[in-house]
Amino acid sequence: MNLEVVKLAAADNQWGAIFPELMLACIALALLALEIVLPKKLHAYIPDFALSGLVGTLAGLLFNFRSAALGHDTFNGLLHHSEAGQVMRAFFLLVAILVCVLARVSLAKQKMPRIEFYHLVLIVTGAMMLLAQSNHFVMLFVALETVTIGFYILVSYFRTSTASLEAGLKYLVMGALSSGLLLFGIVLLYGVAGNPDLPAHTASAMNFKALAQFLAANPHHFLASAGIVLVLAGVAFKIGAFPFQIWVPDVYQGAPTPVTAFLAVGSKAAGFAVLLILARDVFAAYAWLVTPVLIAMAAATIIFGNLAALTQHNVKRLIGLSGVSHAGFLLLGVVAAATVPMAQGAIYFYLFAYLIASFAVFGVMTHVAGANDSDQDLDHYAGLAKESPFLAAVLAIGLGSLAGIPPLAGFMGKLFIFISAFQGGARWLLALAAAGVVISIYYYFGWIKAAFFEQWMPPADTADPRPARTPVSFVSGLTLGSLALASVLLGFYQGPLGQWLTMK
Amino acid sequence: MSQLPFDPLLLSIAAPLALALAIALGLPKRWSVLLAYGAFAIPVLMALHVWFYFGDVAKDHGYAFLTRYSTGLDGLGIGLKLGLNGISLPLFVLAALVGLAAGLYAIQSGAERLKIYLMLLLIMQGGLMGVFASVDVFFFYFFHELALIPTFIMVGVWGGRDRSYAAMKLTIYLTLGAMVSLLGLIMLYVKSGAQTFDLIALRDHLAAHPLGATLQHNIAGLLLFGLGVLVSLWPLHTWAPLGYGAAPSSAAMLHAGVLKKFGLYGLVQIALPLLPDGLAHWSHPLAWLAVIGNVLVVGLITIAQRDLKQMIGYSSVMHMGYAFLGIAAGGIIGPGGVVLLMVAHGLSVALLFLLATAIYHRTQTFAMDEMGGLAQKTPVLAAFFVAATLASIGLPGFANFWGELAIFVALWKFSPLITALAVAGVVLSAVYGLRSAARVFFGPSTEALAKVTAAHPPADLSWQEKIPALILLAALLFVGFWPKSLTGPINAALTPAAAAPARVVPSAPSL
Repeated sequence: MNLEVVKLAAADNQWGAIFPELMLACIALALLALEIVLPKKLHAYIPDFALSGLVGTLAGLLFNFRSAALGHDTFNGLLHHSEAGQVMRAFFLLVAILVCVLARVSLAKQKMPRIEFYHLVLIVTGAMMLLAQSNHFVMLFVALETVTIGFYILVSYFRTSTASLEAGLKYLVMGALSSGLLLFGIVLLYGVAGNPDLPAHTASAMNFKALAQFLAANPHHFLASAGIVLVLAGVAFKIGAFPFQIWVPDVYQGAPTPVTAFLAVGSKAAGFAVLLILARDVFAAYAWLVTPVLIAMAAATIIFGNLAALTQHNVKRLIGLSGVSHAGFLLLGVVAAATVPMAQGAIYFYLFAYLIASFAVFGVMTHVAGANDSDQDLDHYAGLAKESPFLAAVLAIGLGSLAGIPPLAGFMGKLFIFISAFQGGARWLLALAAAGVVISIYYYFGWIKAAFFEQWMPPADTADPRPARTPVSFVSGLTLGSLALASVLLGFYQGPLGQWLTMK
Repeated sequence: MSQLPFDPLLLSIAAPLALALAIALGLPKRWSVLLAYGAFAIPVLMALHVWFYFGDVAKDHGYAFLTRYSTGLDGLGIGLKLGLNGISLPLFVLAALVGLAAGLYAIQSGAERLKIYLMLLLIMQGGLMGVFASVDVFFFYFFHELALIPTFIMVGVWGGRDRSYAAMKLTIYLTLGAMVSLLGLIMLYVKSGAQTFDLIALRDHLAAHPLGATLQHNIAGLLLFGLGVLVSLWPLHTWAPLGYGAAPSSAAMLHAGVLKKFGLYGLVQIALPLLPDGLAHWSHPLAWLAVIGNVLVVGLITIAQRDLKQMIGYSSVMHMGYAFLGIAAGGIIGPGGVVLLMVAHGLSVALLFLLATAIYHRTQTFAMDEMGGLAQKTPVLAAFFVAATLASIGLPGFANFWGELAIFVALWKFSPLITALAVAGVVLSAVYGLRSAARVFFGPSTEALAKVTAAHPPADLSWQEKIPALILLAALLFVGFWPKSLTGPINAALTPAAAAPARVVPSAPSL
């Protein structure tokens, strides 16, 4: 290879544009190196190193939010950097920080190697950040597989727990199926778009822009439609939308609680970031197909998620299924995003509100859970308000925000989604979503009821079967307190964030 | 001097909320209670101030004391805009007065975990002041929900019989109502094309570009259903007696007295001027539902009640029927009567809930069969209760009389038959009202009661109980003898709304 080609490639590969991802990868590798190098008694500080690395990366990202790469393609069109991409990057970093905080509480109850957990979290986070900026199906697939493979390990991380192993196996089987569907869809699109008989055919059919141009020139091609539906199916698995939600309850229950949170927030948001890019930009010419598919999916997801969550007693299954219904509400926003400019901002706001509320709830869950992480029953929460008012208050605010009760952030998210859905004309879906909200009150409120209104009646003859509650440390107390406060504040005052969202 | 160096409306919202936040952050109990007196008193002082100066200050579209604060959603046309017009002013004053009475009663009740109880009550109070001070439709809804959430928790934690079930039922019914009315408001927002939730701007915009008839019918239908559930329109009223039966006294006072009026207030303040055709379209079904369901059926059910608190709960459902009739009747007198009745009913039902709890503390029961002859031992309590009962029946001299009278006058033009049925309902309310007073206070004492009174000889109303009761009773009498203090502003606020848009009278009653 002559030097000129290398120089050209180097000029096009703007490594600075993916500096945060590179940082994460370096920190992840450094964690493993530190475990070898450092003496055993200093190992306890390695998670702190991971956490501070994440915080530093987030600070750097926010400081350089208006990076020079904004609006440009890099790496030969593999990535496209946009403001939305920057927001999602910050989102995933925030998720990773909170997962690490939760993991400190949760892993302390297990006899497990710790460091690899943080390593995997960092790698998966980096992949999610690339996923949200992908502009090419190869980038999308590679990033998605990195995320998924990381999760295979994370879900079955508690290897002494059969529930965790079972969850890992289920996630592996279902994940492989969905990857297959996605890949099949990509191949179909690639094949069709490369057909020289068709107008606007292209050699780089994996590139989103080229593909969008091809699809616009062939708006009713059968094979392309089949490919689009298969790609959507693959993404639907990630977000846990009907009919690809079937893995959710078991995997959420079996996975370690921090991983469940990571799946519920990070993985879902990554799916929505991809879905927004695909549905709004790449498949825009196929709105006649994409919109009905998404509407049907949203309707079924809202109905299924809410009805299935009604009967759950295990809180991890409950929050998993309620997460399915949240995917339905977000899909409502994606449907509207095809025509309403405000919908995109609404989805991002909803995701942030969902992040804040979910991590507040998951944080309380890690404190209430015992050594057996998959056994977290509603009954364990009885009397929480008396024994630990702080945890109970955080729980109530988190659940209230998830349920969409004003004045909490979750309500504002739902309101924005509803307004944009109404403007987008999805009336019946909106009525269905409102019914879903009313149903969801029942199970969210049931949980609050358990924590606040019920007294724990210990069985007379046996010892207390409930696990002891973990005392709240300073870091987790600070984190949970600020999450609860953020839920309240974002409900009252949206400030610059609201201005940014409504500007579009 | 009508100029204060601060915004009285914002202060009356912020003072209770600020104290609630301070309590949440760990204010010691002694300070919490001490400051709570102030946090409940400030809204009253502010309310009296704005009431006193309302006639003199400059007004924009009938609104006085207008201020606007940005919360970052200006792009959506949402902003915290505060102000009062003739319709919201009486209710603002009502909310402040009932809040003070409920707060004082709560402080003296010595409830378990009093700090948290006061905190929730303060959030409720802040929300209530916000509901009536908001000119922005979004914040009007927002503050209502803010005030509603504490109710659920208070019923669930401090409630009486069946509290867990009652809290759950209350939550689900009221969320249903709130969601449906939210859909109606979103529809109004999007379809008006004004891109704003500001009520004044919406009014101007819709006066220039009125909505189509079908659209108005649909939006009004959604609002009537949603707000109807919140105001316990028959047959979706069952949450109310159950919830009030279980709720602790101060929560019941604030909810039944003030918060429940949110739905009616929304209909009068928002639906009536913006969707005149829409409301007219539904007026006949609404009137029949209200008169048959709320007034007659629920009236008969109320007579059959044996539990004092449940009876008051049912009676409040019944009186809401009259309010719906006033809205159905339309014009100026009808809605004007509704506003007057809201104030009167808010005061009287709060007083009744307060007294019912005072009775419970002396008899250890709410079952009226197990009481009797209490008047000999507690004459002051008996006098208060009889006065409150007479007020709620609508005796001249009390505020309720003027509200019901105005509604009946307006209703006669609407439909004489419905008027006759509605007036028959007054007889029902006299029956249960007087019977309850007789059963509790007069006649021979029952054995069960004798046992209780032997163990704990009942004392008459203490001053701590008397002061909140006196505040409410004095307000009832004041409005009863000088209704013009309220009707003047109400009239001024309703006249342009009723006069401006042309109305379509439905050709046939459609039920």
